[in-house]
Amino acid sequence: MVNLAVKIKDLELKNPVMTASGTSGLGEELADFYDVDQLGAILLKGTTLRNRDGNPYPRMAETASGMLNAVGLQNKGIDYFIQNIYPRIKDYNTPLIVNVNGSTIEEYIEVTQRVNELDKIPAIELNISCPNVKEGGMLFGTSCASAEAVTREVRKAYHKTLIVKLSPNVTDITEIARAVEAEGADSVSLVNTFLGMAIDAEKGIPLLSTITGGLSGPAIKPIALRMVWQVSRAVKIPVIGMGGIMNATDAIEFFLAGATAIQVGTAIFRDPFTPLQIIEGIEDYLNRHQIDDICKLIGALKY
Amino acid sequence: MKKNVEEFTIVSNAALNKTSFHICLQSYKELPDIAPGQFTNVEISNNRDIFLRRPFSFFDVDYEKKTVSLLVKILGRGSKSLTELKVGSKLNLVYPLGRGFTLPEKNDKVLAIGGGSGVAPILQLAKTADLSLGQIHIVIGARSAEDHISVADYKRFAQFYFTTEDGSLGEKGFVTEHSIFRDLTQYNRIYACGPLPMMKAIAARAKEAEIFCEVSLENLMACGFGVCLCCIEPTVKGNLCVCTDGPVFNIKDLKW
Repeated sequence: MVNLAVKIKDLELKNPVMTASGTSGLGEELADFYDVDQLGAILLKGTTLRNRDGNPYPRMAETASGMLNAVGLQNKGIDYFIQNIYPRIKDYNTPLIVNVNGSTIEEYIEVTQRVNELDKIPAIELNISCPNVKEGGMLFGTSCASAEAVTREVRKAYHKTLIVKLSPNVTDITEIARAVEAEGADSVSLVNTFLGMAIDAEKGIPLLSTITGGLSGPAIKPIALRMVWQVSRAVKIPVIGMGGIMNATDAIEFFLAGATAIQVGTAIFRDPFTPLQIIEGIEDYLNRHQIDDICKLIGALKY
Repeated sequence: MKKNVEEFTIVSNAALNKTSFHICLQSYKELPDIAPGQFTNVEISNNRDIFLRRPFSFFDVDYEKKTVSLLVKILGRGSKSLTELKVGSKLNLVYPLGRGFTLPEKNDKVLAIGGGSGVAPILQLAKTADLSLGQIHIVIGARSAEDHISVADYKRFAQFYFTTEDGSLGEKGFVTEHSIFRDLTQYNRIYACGPLPMMKAIAARAKEAEIFCEVSLENLMACGFGVCLCCIEPTVKGNLCVCTDGPVFNIKDLKW
């Protein structure tokens, strides 16, 4: 019997496999397929203070080994979430983590304060890396000064585990990671999507209504893995790795590179069972390698 | 609603005309209820260049034999790859997805219109509705006679009318130009599935005649079960997912 449980500050996970925000809805959509209590945690769809309709259609384009999205944080706002969704999902026996967004620091704080009141939400993921909104989002995550400022203020308002989700669209992601660590982040999750674009050559038009969007899927995995490796050596707080993880082998690579836990995202669109297959595959890997604890794999890259 | 990810085995994959294939798939489990208009998101495992699944409406469901079939019209790389799959190979389906058509009631008078691969859910609707021949009229449009698929097996479920752009079968012109549209007063339900301009034209006529009308949309989608929020359609209720709130919508909810 191997140990799969990991801890991220006060957040206890029965296994290190979470579903990434924006790829697992509100948990209920996956519950149509299986018992979601088997997951390490569920990162809920990005939530803002007020209702957001998101960007116009088309919001998606298939690319080589991946896809672009330009959803733009469509959600009904934190109050709707608290009144209508939270009561339905709060009794899942897996940690539910709210992905917090804002276009101003004040909005981030307001959402955070409301989430702070919810007993069954043990952590938030502060999203300073959404590439698909005009205001806020990635703008906060691409300079040290703004990343520090938003993390500092949210830290004051939030008393449980604070994860900050980082953008890869920066020159040096370790600087941003160190900056948010210094302001009290308990963990960093990385990477969000890479800013990309796709064109219909025949028609001469962009494939996304917003022209540019966020690239995800196996196409980005090597870059994500490199960033997780760099960040895990630059900070002391736990790193949550993601970016193109399609199977257990991909996940193991992220643990070896220094991730304490991982998130499965775009792979869920292909097969909603992927997170469960990864949990099983990690267990199998540990058994085959006679490792009794997933924690012994974290950062265990030989070089 | 319980949804599944399951490997089916291809029992037949046959061309119906130049561009359309009929793929019949065997399950080894009991099939769940699948309503006309519901769909499946299919993995294109024989083409490594294709990352996402492709959605297809169910064409037919046989609960006894545990088979489902799809009508695949070659539109791009994904559909092309599917038509190349050999009998005996596996196909991974996420299903059943979405909300299907509201089934007609026993005294209804139905007009159903299919264009392109949109014929599939319309034929399944006719079969499932089980109305008398006089109660359900189906108009199918295609470019020319050779683009039409045979509806011989469905002639006991509905009265059929055809259009072709070149006049080689049925009335000449677009499906929406068929003479049946001159007087819609005998119908109290209209269903349509096909190209967007076709459905919009039909919706406009139904609206004008104040007749209940449902259309099945096929917006680009990634997941098919409501998590990616890519296939949204603006509606009077806000942006809704075609994959979970549709693909079938009542036109009164659409902003057409």
